[in-house]
Amino acid sequence: MTALADYNFAYLDEQTKRMIRRAILKAIAIPGYQVPFASREMPMPYGWGTGGVQVTASILGPHDVLKVIDQGADDTTNAVSIRAFFQKVANVAVTTKTSEATIIQTRHRIPEETLGVNQVLVYQVPIPEPLRFLEPRETETRQMHALEEYGLMHVKLYEDIARHGRIATTYAYPVKVAGRYVMDPSPTPKFDNPKMNQSAALQLFGAGREKRIYAVPPYTDVVSLDFEDHPFEVQTFEKPCALCGARHVYLDEVVLDDKGGRMFVCSDTDFCETRREEGHRGEMLGDIKEAAE
Amino acid sequence: MSDQPLLNVRGVSKFYGSRVGCMDVSFDLWPGEVLAIVGESGSGKTTLLNCLATRLMPTTGCVQYRMRGGNLRDLYQMSDAERRFLMRTDWGFVHQNPADGLRMTVSAGANVGERLMAVGNRHYGNIRTTASDWLERVEIAQDRIDDQPRAFSGGMRQRLQIARNLVTSPRLVFMDEPTGGLDVSVQARLLDLVRGLVSDLGLAVIVVTHDLAVARLLSHRMMVMKGGKVIEQGLTDRVLDDPREPYTQLLVSSILQV
Repeated sequence: MTALADYNFAYLDEQTKRMIRRAILKAIAIPGYQVPFASREMPMPYGWGTGGVQVTASILGPHDVLKVIDQGADDTTNAVSIRAFFQKVANVAVTTKTSEATIIQTRHRIPEETLGVNQVLVYQVPIPEPLRFLEPRETETRQMHALEEYGLMHVKLYEDIARHGRIATTYAYPVKVAGRYVMDPSPTPKFDNPKMNQSAALQLFGAGREKRIYAVPPYTDVVSLDFEDHPFEVQTFEKPCALCGARHVYLDEVVLDDKGGRMFVCSDTDFCETRREEGHRGEMLGDIKEAAE
Repeated sequence: MSDQPLLNVRGVSKFYGSRVGCMDVSFDLWPGEVLAIVGESGSGKTTLLNCLATRLMPTTGCVQYRMRGGNLRDLYQMSDAERRFLMRTDWGFVHQNPADGLRMTVSAGANVGERLMAVGNRHYGNIRTTASDWLERVEIAQDRIDDQPRAFSGGMRQRLQIARNLVTSPRLVFMDEPTGGLDVSVQARLLDLVRGLVSDLGLAVIVVTHDLAVARLLSHRMMVMKGGKVIEQGLTDRVLDDPREPYTQLLVSSILQV
């Protein structure tokens, strides 16, 4: 435990936290605007959530309860290691229960359970610029944001329809925040886009490599871009979750064998477990239990 | 309306350090008029065009543009937002190299539709119909609408670039060597097309070219530039048939006769 004394609370030094908090405050004041910040080296590689970790470290207090998810799951490598990191450097309480958490750091999902006013959702963002793949020049994209020139975003959607007959973008689906800035909601499935709209929870986005922070304050309009004759719609699934029988949730495909066997289960593991504890049972669960007994 | 000029250019100069780009250029352009700027390489034609199209800021001078409302605005006093809006609605810019003016990685339909979407059109079906109409007008087969411009020939790319610029029915189009790099028969077809569109739509055009044949076919009036200065201007036929300046005489007499 002596090693802990070498770290400041939550790893970052106070001046760095102050700098990041100022960026966060500015981001909240201008919903959807990408605020540059002096991103630090973190003890994990870029792409593992260095942006999200810095945001979490800056807003974390000793009494917070932290939940970390990776693609909806609490038990995957990225989620486990970030959770362990904050247990070690901040000694905060951690949980896998969405309802108990005050800060939820997420990689590419929004929990199924509706978030409340006392919760903060921190996203790990790889590429914050929604226009990047259409316009490679940073100077130009900044000017486009400043002058609200977002026609190009629709060119991308037009291309989708021309090629696939429908809007084929399924993740990182561009949204307009508070009627002003077009924002990349990080690579969450577009299934989660409606959850961002008028959310009671504060949503913070951190991109470590690209050195940008942006935010959606509570109760803000978040509208997915679309065409009048091709409106925005979310993914639908034919079958309910194979474990908990939930419908209208985002499902992951799990391959069971090499003979084409597969099942679809909730991507949000906490949501799925809670439902099973309440007694909901999907079609696969009965079989597995019988086999085990 | 047409008794008032669309563009008043007064004393436009551009210096690159101590070198002269163009110097003290003044002229008026009326609606529906085609003006050719000719001269040899390095004479300042493109610098002047870029200054007029606000792609470059001139060192001195002023350019006034008559907006759709009829009021005159100084282009260099406008805000960036106004100027960019003007550039994608009321103006067009046809580059010599179509790759500079097109998005090579999106389909022809999206290239034509981009300006429509930029001004707030949000109906896919309407955008596609308009794009398809414009492809037909510039003689590109409608079944090529979903192909990327990189699959097009040079002449088709140039025609696509023209369609992309004209879709918002601009009033003023800048062209920088629109036929450069095309072979002679394709050049002839393109010139024919542009001439038809210009008269149908009543466009005002400023075309920069080193090819006097282009100037002869397209333009009503022309300016001859040398060393950054306009040395002679007048009606195209007058300048080409009765050149007064020694340099213009040299230019006209150096056309190859086949």
